[in-house]
Amino acid sequence: MASSDHTILQFSPSSTGISAKVHPLVIFNICDCFVRRPDQADRIIGTLLGSVLPDGTVDIRNSYAVPHTESQDQVALDSDYHHNMLSSHQKVNPKEVIVGWFSTGFGVTGGSALIHDFFSRETTNPIHLTIDTGFTNGEASVKGFVSVHLSIGDQQVAVQFQEIPLDLRMVEAERIGFDILKTTAVEKLPNDLEGMEASMQRLLALIDDIYKYVDDVVEGRVPQDNKIGRFISDTVASLPKLSPQDFDKLVNDGLEDQLLLLYLASLTRTQLSFAEKLNTAAQIL
Amino acid sequence: MANPTGRSFLQVAATEEAVAPPLRVVQIEGLVILKIIKHCQEFSPALVTGQLLGLDVGSVLEVTNCFPFPVREEDEEIEAEGANYQLEMMRCLREVNVDNNTVGWYQSTLFGSYQTVELIETFMNYQENIKRCVCIIYDPSRSNQGVLALKALKLSDSFMELYKSNNFTGEKLREKNLSWVDIFEEIPIKVSNSALISAFMTELEPDTPVTQCDYERLQLSTNPYLERNVEFLIECMDDLSMEQQKFQFYYRNLSRQQAQQQAWLQKRRTENMARKAAGEELLPEEDPSNPVFKPLPEPSRLDSFLITNQISNYCNQINGVAGQSLSRLHLMKALHEN
Repeated sequence: MASSDHTILQFSPSSTGISAKVHPLVIFNICDCFVRRPDQADRIIGTLLGSVLPDGTVDIRNSYAVPHTESQDQVALDSDYHHNMLSSHQKVNPKEVIVGWFSTGFGVTGGSALIHDFFSRETTNPIHLTIDTGFTNGEASVKGFVSVHLSIGDQQVAVQFQEIPLDLRMVEAERIGFDILKTTAVEKLPNDLEGMEASMQRLLALIDDIYKYVDDVVEGRVPQDNKIGRFISDTVASLPKLSPQDFDKLVNDGLEDQLLLLYLASLTRTQLSFAEKLNTAAQIL
Repeated sequence: MANPTGRSFLQVAATEEAVAPPLRVVQIEGLVILKIIKHCQEFSPALVTGQLLGLDVGSVLEVTNCFPFPVREEDEEIEAEGANYQLEMMRCLREVNVDNNTVGWYQSTLFGSYQTVELIETFMNYQENIKRCVCIIYDPSRSNQGVLALKALKLSDSFMELYKSNNFTGEKLREKNLSWVDIFEEIPIKVSNSALISAFMTELEPDTPVTQCDYERLQLSTNPYLERNVEFLIECMDDLSMEQQKFQFYYRNLSRQQAQQQAWLQKRRTENMARKAAGEELLPEEDPSNPVFKPLPEPSRLDSFLITNQISNYCNQINGVAGQSLSRLHLMKALHEN
């Protein structure tokens, strides 16, 4: 993509240094829309909603598909639909504005410039997100682009799409748990204790890993790495230094509090069932 | 068509209708979960609602999409606008081939305090139009503890019948054998994702050993959450005892009235005896105009049922979180000893 002849072409200065953060919902929604696309369509196109964060990062939070028709060299977007949907979305969350558009497929295609023009009229400097639903390169590629006007002197000659870095970290998705989102079917949601158990097992596995690593280093099987060593010592040092009595007291206090709560809860339940019995008894009288 | 019993199609259809399988599972798309969470989390602590779209397939209710409602305002004009919004959104979504079939609604809640009369009323409204609908409840406050606090609820059939007749007297409840546990039915949730999404997630998200969820689960400080829970629990207990006092008051009045009735009857009978002896006409033994015979209105048990439900819900939450904390504390102890 990057052109080598910077000497002739001038980039407009505004668009460099942009990055974007894509929320998992956007990817989910695009995939869902793609699965539900009309029979004859090869790809889907739609609008990205979000906001620009104070540090200039574009936060892409929501999306919706817009019906379109495509022939060899023409792309027609249903702009009424686009505006209807936009006003509906803004009723719910006025803070989300248009930040760009998406299409499925690998990278930028011929028609993209036209659509990009359309969105340039809606917002300044839109972002173009492409999601490769066909896995063309055998991998899931999600790419973001901004357009850069290439001009010679004052005259515009072309539009170049420049790739921008994307942040695909999925904190929200992590909250739900990947176990649920990764597979095609999950029979049951994990409850409190099951989740806790899974977390503990993972923690245990991590501790085991560290043990193994330290042992390996001590015995000279693995070359030492100061960075990892510092991390480990920081982690160990972050445990507060308490005398065993103090620590026992702390833990036992905590345990007692929790047990008291459990007791209270079961007392309440007993009370409830008593109340019910008494009520029914009162009815019979 | 070989039809051994010789029933007409209509008959078959009618019986099919009658024995529609009960709703067993709600199958939610990952997309819907994300959408609900986004909407609820963004507006938390305000409570928000939205519509669920999907398909009703046998005993499974598939929820394949949803859209949020704008924040409600108590204004008729805006209410009409809300209805327009809903139609517009449905129309737009239909155009991109989303299942255009309402199957219920979702709402956020704080500390699981969702058992209200409003919820029941909304449910009844939905039920009028959709035979099988479900309410999905998401609790953002609870999700901060590393739990996916998603619940699918419906009202039980027997409760709905009773609610329609709006008759919550003790006698009726005993007749139907309905207690507070039978108001809401929780339906197990299944999650499904399209193969495409599953592929994307697997590809984009490498197997990280630690996730956000784990961090939140291993947080030691759950006290604020528990404190709020206990506070709410205490409030509910107060409400419940108020309700109970109402009943006590009612029963006291009732027994006093019965005593009065007896006394009146006794009087009337002696009077009649005297009249009989004197050969006069007898007075009737019942007198509807007498205030003593006016039936006392029995207070509705709905409120106390709902409060009871609420309390047991708080108890469950406390149990769950306290259980988690216990294991966390033991974990910390073990770590420290090492």
